Amino acid sequence: MKLSVWTYEGPPHVGAMRVATAMKGLHYVLHAPQGDTYADLLFTMIERRDRRPPVTYTTFQARDLGADTANLFKTACQDAYERSQPEAIIVGASCTAELIQDDPGGMAETMGLPVPVIPLELPSYQRKENFGADETFFQIVRALARPMERTERITCNLIGPTALGFRHRDDITELTGLLIEMGVEVNVTAPFDATPTDITRLGRAHFNVLMYPETGEAACRWMERELDQPFTKTVPIGVGATRDFLREVGEITGLTPKIDETRLRLPWYSASVDSTYLTGKRVFLFGDGTHVAAAARIARDEMGFDVVGLGCYNREQARMIRALAKDYGVEALVTDDYLDVEARIEALAPEMILGTQMERHIGKRLGIPCAVISAPVHVQDFPARYSPQVGIEGANVIFDTWVHPLVMGLEEHLLHMFREDFEFHDDAGASHHGGKAVSPADAGDPPGGAAPRPPRDTSEQAKDAGQVIWLADAEKELRRVPFFVRGKARRNTEAFATERGVTEISVDTLYEAKAHFAR
Amino acid sequence: MNAPIPNTPGCRDVPLLKERGQREVFCGLTAIVWLHRKMQDAFFLVVGSRTCAHLLQSAAGVMIFAEPRFGTAILEETDLAGMADAQAELDREVEKLLSRRPDIKRLFLVGSCPSEVIKLDLEKAAERLSSAYGPAVNVVNFSGSGIETTFTEGEDACLAATIPSLPSTEARQLVVAGALPDVVEDQMLGLLEALGVGPVSVLPTARADQPVAVGPNTVFALTQPFLNETHAALVRRGARHLPAPFPFGEEGTTAWLRAIAHEFGVSEERFNEVTAAPRDRARRAVAQASAPLREKSIFLFPDSQLEIPLARFLTRECGMTALEIGQPYVHRDIVGPDIDLIPEGPVFSEGQDVDLQLDRARAARPDLTVCGLGLANPLEAEGLTTKWAIELVFTPIHFYEQAGDLAGLFARPMRRREILQLEAEA
Ligand code: SF4
Ligand code: SF4
Repeated sequence: MKLSVWTYEGPPHVGAMRVATAMKGLHYVLHAPQGDTYADLLFTMIERRDRRPPVTYTTFQARDLGADTANLFKTACQDAYERSQPEAIIVGASCTAELIQDDPGGMAETMGLPVPVIPLELPSYQRKENFGADETFFQIVRALARPMERTERITCNLIGPTALGFRHRDDITELTGLLIEMGVEVNVTAPFDATPTDITRLGRAHFNVLMYPETGEAACRWMERELDQPFTKTVPIGVGATRDFLREVGEITGLTPKIDETRLRLPWYSASVDSTYLTGKRVFLFGDGTHVAAAARIARDEMGFDVVGLGCYNREQARMIRALAKDYGVEALVTDDYLDVEARIEALAPEMILGTQMERHIGKRLGIPCAVISAPVHVQDFPARYSPQVGIEGANVIFDTWVHPLVMGLEEHLLHMFREDFEFHDDAGASHHGGKAVSPADAGDPPGGAAPRPPRDTSEQAKDAGQVIWLADAEKELRRVPFFVRGKARRNTEAFATERGVTEISVDTLYEAKAHFAR
Repeated sequence: MNAPIPNTPGCRDVPLLKERGQREVFCGLTAIVWLHRKMQDAFFLVVGSRTCAHLLQSAAGVMIFAEPRFGTAILEETDLAGMADAQAELDREVEKLLSRRPDIKRLFLVGSCPSEVIKLDLEKAAERLSSAYGPAVNVVNFSGSGIETTFTEGEDACLAATIPSLPSTEARQLVVAGALPDVVEDQMLGLLEALGVGPVSVLPTARADQPVAVGPNTVFALTQPFLNETHAALVRRGARHLPAPFPFGEEGTTAWLRAIAHEFGVSEERFNEVTAAPRDRARRAVAQASAPLREKSIFLFPDSQLEIPLARFLTRECGMTALEIGQPYVHRDIVGPDIDLIPEGPVFSEGQDVDLQLDRARAARPDLTVCGLGLANPLEAEGLTTKWAIELVFTPIHFYEQAGDLAGLFARPMRRREILQLEAEA
């Protein structure tokens, strides 16, 4: 038993969902209680998918246990097949169903469904989300892909992008373009947007591009063995890695590496004088192993940062990360406990964090700027604009993304310096009134905190600006309005009072105004 | 004093469409997200799996920066092997937690599907830990599992679990049960005080050192319609329920207050004096905010169990027509007064078969669909306007001063659909 507050990875069946949701024409029948349906919102809200994940949950309840959960599973499976008419079905259990041992795989196989049924064994109490995605995709490939005649032209498969992946959508576009420039076409991209039928055609490609080892390595290894397809080992994130990757593609295919660098801005941006302030910045890196390794190289070799620590949360990449850390002369941190990460960051006191959404929170707490380089993802990690991580444009995007919080950091620093200045904090009021500001009582508050502030000296203001007075009770009530609308509530109430010639704002006035402005 | 509830042909006896199929709802663990904010000296320790931890994290979103007052003791392969082992492991985790967090005065051990399937006895654990750490720390257990509870039932299970150990009293008093945002709770207490009703105490309490007592002369009111077990637990302690519509909107709030005022012999004069101004404000605010809702239709998927009282508010105060009102469970003794007020017409459904229900929603083409987060964007993409239900449990919506906001929550998606204009100007 281990106490966990925040987790970097979900359970393995969420990894299976990332594969199923990325694909088309595949359905996942998951033996699970009703609460596990929360996972749908990861895809529909965080990634803004416009369709429900293709997952049927059996949603068994306590009263079904001991009765007939097995039958419930069969019915759900049959209904799911009839409703969605998928080309293939994957079946499995979540953590709870694993305990009741209904064997969904075995049951589904006996049902005689007219499409391939692929059973998943994902040990919920030992493994996690990335393993779940990797294993699921591997099982699908193993079940459906067969050796085949190669395409006439040189082609590859792009392996690894899933739903809820960090910039996977845009990486596919960038990488496809990069390969075409070199004369390599993409045969199949999978699991992202692939159908089970596409999976059967994987063997046509000459080689595989392993985009993300976290979610595609098991499949690539199997295809190397069974389909005789070599796969690339370099993940082309960063300028140097992109060049290495193209060289690797050249070695596999015999083509000459070609790269159109006219769009590439990172090298000059890093070299230009404005970037002097980046030089030697002490950075700490944390995330999934693949993105951390890529980011470490960019940080040191392409931005001129000083890497003071690095680590990953996925144990599958621990060995690689430990070796890398040795290279960089730092100690590796391999943990999935965010409190350990926080402690390490506190101890190292870096000037910047390159991490996940989790480290972004740690950074906020410690006042250290942070740029996000890796899953676990958040709605912000699915920007509307094109923002890949791989290739040429990926390098440009990374430069901008990493520099952004630092500029903000400088700005924040200035705000801090001028904190006592009447123009710079939110209780100051309009500068042309010239009233003396009350210094904020909660400078050390976490961002977004809504700690109460001392009441303003309202009598002063009323005298010199002819403003309305907030009675103590009303002021107290106002402070309980959530901070992000408090300013608006104050302005609205004052406008409301002024308009009616009311000079004292009571709790009643506050709510009268609220009712007046209700929308 | 007469109850002002008009005698429309209500829906009290309407048959329920009971469905049994895939349910697209959260489990009771989700309630921890708001309960831990309400109970400031409490820690909620879920004994569960990585899935439970992931659910809590996904439901809490990214709103919490600090170390939150909840966590999951994740069961591992070794715990599943032998029971004695798991109890000892739990003791060790609790010991670590309490030594790190001396601010914790109440510890809730929250059961999950895995802990229930392996029959890990959390009641026994709570007793043992209570005697080890009491009286400084009070340890109580309840179930938030998805095989036993749906979404808001987690709050119900939590409150109900605290009731047996509350001190007894013979005093005549009012207990109000249901977690409300502080600002709303204070508005409510202000109204009750102005009516001269008292003493009043509230469940859950913000801190362990303000315990509520109950006994045979206690009457209680509920502010949340999902408090079925809490209702039963209070009745078992001899308290008597004051049934009423729930305090949403002007009408609901007035009816709710009136039931209490009636019980405490408040004069009609006094009642009107206290409520006239806020009622009038609420009515005006609702009238203004609900403009986009008038004569529009609504379809409510089962989610928070607030569906019936909200449908009452939306149909009677905002001029909407309800097509289907889904609830995970319908407890008629609690939501009966609301059902009575809903004009005839809508389908009342209990439970869910999400695919069939989606088919009904698509066929009905409601102007507004209230549903969970998993369904909202897919339905929007199909051209249906949606309001996600979870916001209704995180936002202040009760009583007079929030009536306009409540209408606004439903009106906003309608307004957005009207506003967005992306075609070229011909
Ligand atoms: S449904 Fe059960 S297993 Fe799933 S999150 Fe809720 S309590 Fe945990
Ligand atoms: S506002 Fe200040 S911090 Fe921001 S760019 Fe200008 S000088 Fe730099």
